[in-house]
Amino acid sequence: MTDEYEVVIIGGGINGLGTAYHMGKKGFTDVLVLDKSFLGYGASGRNGGGIRQQWTSEENIKLALESRKMFERLDEELEEDLEFYQGGYLVLSFDEEEAEEFKDNVKLQNSLGVESEYLSPKEAKGIVPELDTSDVVAATFNQSDGTIYPFKVIHGYANRLEEMGIDVKEHTEVTDIVTEGQEIKKVKTEEGDIKTDTVVNAAGGWSSMIAEMAGAEIPNEPVRHEIMVTEPYERFLDPMVISFKHGIYFSQSEHGNVVGGIGNPDEKPGLNQKSSLWFMKKFSDTLLDFIPKFSGVSMIRQWAGFYDVTPDAQPILGTVPEVERFYQVNGFSGHGFMVSPMVTKVTAELVLGEEPSMDIDRLRVERFEDMDIEEEGGVVG
Amino acid sequence: MTTIVCRCEDLTEKDIVEAIEEGYDELEKLKRHLRLSMGPCQGSGCLILARRILMRETGKDIEEIDEPTSRPPSRPVPFSLLASPKGGEDGD
Repeated sequence: MTDEYEVVIIGGGINGLGTAYHMGKKGFTDVLVLDKSFLGYGASGRNGGGIRQQWTSEENIKLALESRKMFERLDEELEEDLEFYQGGYLVLSFDEEEAEEFKDNVKLQNSLGVESEYLSPKEAKGIVPELDTSDVVAATFNQSDGTIYPFKVIHGYANRLEEMGIDVKEHTEVTDIVTEGQEIKKVKTEEGDIKTDTVVNAAGGWSSMIAEMAGAEIPNEPVRHEIMVTEPYERFLDPMVISFKHGIYFSQSEHGNVVGGIGNPDEKPGLNQKSSLWFMKKFSDTLLDFIPKFSGVSMIRQWAGFYDVTPDAQPILGTVPEVERFYQVNGFSGHGFMVSPMVTKVTAELVLGEEPSMDIDRLRVERFEDMDIEEEGGVVG
Repeated sequence: MTTIVCRCEDLTEKDIVEAIEEGYDELEKLKRHLRLSMGPCQGSGCLILARRILMRETGKDIEEIDEPTSRPPSRPVPFSLLASPKGGEDGD
């Protein structure tokens, strides 16, 4: 490993690797990606693989829409079968008030180019006949949403970076970021120092700690979210099914496994990635309320990862006021994978001083200084 | 080389060796790349074999090869056993 790079990216997850990939595509390869563990150790290798465009804030909808279009071409670009399956996302509502909000969401999504539809419970049942819709008031559905196999995307990016000549160093933990005045001088790691003046913070659940090393403050907090997988079965469930009220989501992968999770509203922020009995029981209870037919299906594994949560559940992109050339691509609050193609493209553009493909000014960290932030209401799990 | 190492995912010794040659040189990486140990047996049959193959192919000692984290449940459990009985006091 040479000890000097123009750009050091901290975090070998989807957003760190993606940012490096978009730089490499422009011929810029003086980049080092660092990860404290193996690639995809964090949320990128622990998430449910959902690709959803049905969001409630304009920024998230635009990021997710452009990203979905990019995911559709990513197999070809990475020469890897990423198992992207567009079976749609079926979003269920269980009360009148939320159903009214769903109408507004669909209106906003449609105006921005997402072809979501507002459905009756009967229409929802038409999509998933096994669903118990007796308490469902309404639903929304978007066919071009779907699921992807996260590891394949990680490995696909890593293989491309190798071909491009971009260095990736695993099992190398960053211990400090040395600054002088507002300038970054070097990144310290367990394996030695790396001279650079540009750092990209793509550390997911650990990103606020990385920011602190550089003397910058971002409001992200890691919050554990748990998830599980069943034995593989022949496909019977086409879309991802979610409910904000229950905090549940579940889908069936191309491989046949049902993958799903449920959020714990009482979960406290912290670096806890352990599995809980609460989750196993709560998920099973809720899942059987949704699809009673699942009763004979077996769970084979549960695990946990972090949502890197910001106060408005929207990502943090761009530079920070305290330090120059310290770019953030974090704070994804549970939806970092599905927006990664677009946010990493924009981050690569920002780092290289180009005009960004999308205006991200409302996603800069400075938004938290004024209190007028718009919270994303569509987080699940 | 045609010996089955992972019965759940139909992986042979050759599959494992080729993946190691491609750079998937840790059990955690083989798991994610090949789905090794991610089937119903959760690695109880295959991980020890894959570990030996890794030792042989990489020249590492057994202590240098970390095993993936074991995760609950230790055997497949149907949702009907995990969920509360319907209509019971606990049946929220």
